[in-house]
Amino acid sequence: MAKKSVGSVGGPTGLRGRLVVVEGIDGSGKTTQLHLLDKWLRSLGLRVFFTEWNSSDVVKEITSKGKKKALLTPTTFSLLHATDFADRYERNISPLLEAGYFVLADRYVYTAFARDVVRGCSAAWVRKVYSFAVPPDAAFYFRVAPDVAMDRILEGRPKLKYYEAGMDLNLSNDEYESYRIFQSRIVEQYESMVQRDRLVVIDGTLDIERQQELMRQHVSRLTTPSKVSPEPGIGTEKEVRRR
Amino acid sequence: MTVREVTPRPLRFYGEGISYLKKVESKGSLVVVEGPDGSGRSTQIDLVTSRLEAEGHAVITTGLKRSELIGSGILEAKHKLPLGKKTLALFYAADFADQLEHKIIPALHAGYVVLADRYIYTLMARSSVRGIPRAWSHDLFGFATKPDLVFYLDVPPEELFHRVFQKYGSLDYYESGADMGLSDDLFESFVLYQRGIAREFEAMGPKYGIVRIDGGRPVAEVNSDLQRRIDDYLASR
Repeated sequence: MAKKSVGSVGGPTGLRGRLVVVEGIDGSGKTTQLHLLDKWLRSLGLRVFFTEWNSSDVVKEITSKGKKKALLTPTTFSLLHATDFADRYERNISPLLEAGYFVLADRYVYTAFARDVVRGCSAAWVRKVYSFAVPPDAAFYFRVAPDVAMDRILEGRPKLKYYEAGMDLNLSNDEYESYRIFQSRIVEQYESMVQRDRLVVIDGTLDIERQQELMRQHVSRLTTPSKVSPEPGIGTEKEVRRR
Repeated sequence: MTVREVTPRPLRFYGEGISYLKKVESKGSLVVVEGPDGSGRSTQIDLVTSRLEAEGHAVITTGLKRSELIGSGILEAKHKLPLGKKTLALFYAADFADQLEHKIIPALHAGYVVLADRYIYTLMARSSVRGIPRAWSHDLFGFATKPDLVFYLDVPPEELFHRVFQKYGSLDYYESGADMGLSDDLFESFVLYQRGIAREFEAMGPKYGIVRIDGGRPVAEVNSDLQRRIDDYLASR
């Protein structure tokens, strides 16, 4: 890929763009935390853009059509999410980082690394597919036990969605049991990424205010102008060396 | 030539493959015909299909943009907001994966001769001329099965232009590279784009075992050339 590192150009403000992402299973509280961070950054007068996993308009229609029919194989599932990501990346994330924005992503490539591997895709392959994505300036991982997350999810929404529950994996005929097994496996993948991808672990069982305080402490060092050299890649090792 | 019993063999992949299909074996053959619009691909595939079926082979044809799941969506998306290069590349890859898993691999498992009207090479060539690194495309298609034979029908762009115009009365937007701003002149844009694609196929040739077939010859001549090579392969299995 044309590896323009984030901030190599710098925005009109002279500030390099920053990418902050949150990761974790459904019900881990990451979205709440990112919204609070969003509010704070805006109150500081920064230009902020918020982007969410699986939300590209162009791709949405086709993906949901396939999802309903439960026809997606793990490979097509993975590639459609990669298409969605690429669309948001090429249309928003990449240009806005160049323009000096604070880009906040509710889920980033690590979601693909976790979910697609649990679904049976090769870990090495998934990382190669996403190798065009720049590594974030901060990636927060909200650690909660699947049971806790599940209780939070079920409180609000009684019915689990087919893919959300991992029903395509034939883990169990009971969707709640399937969900529990599926989410536990995703947690295993996240845990294996903590060191490798330098995820900042936040204890998702702490008070909401305390979690936000920890996040802001981390992010505050990114809110001042600086000429930080690009961080090593999240892609393959080859990719890292090439930089 | 007679149809013989074929020993099942594991599917071969370009890269990591599809791990959840590791145990699936192939008793069939995958023959790919590549070439630009107007190179005679579909004519040749029809002729080869008739001949192989007459000999008792079970034949199935596949092409790009034909997947039931995603296919129609791709066409719609083209007319909406312009998609980015990587987005488009991944979109086509998803569509291809759908066909590969729902059609090509099951057919190979069942012992069909699968005639593919285009395969990953066209997708890689299109990406590459638009500036996507070849290595990334190669890695992306690490899940694709390796064909047994790959042909590229090579026809000079100037000749293609006339064939396409005679057949359709107009040029396809992407096939003439109109999205790339190569030239204001449509003929020039088409020729430049098709030359770029042809160069990609030439570059990919050795790595992927792509056999160049001179598609500028009369239909019957091209056909006997193709048929001979396919017969030789099927006899050697």
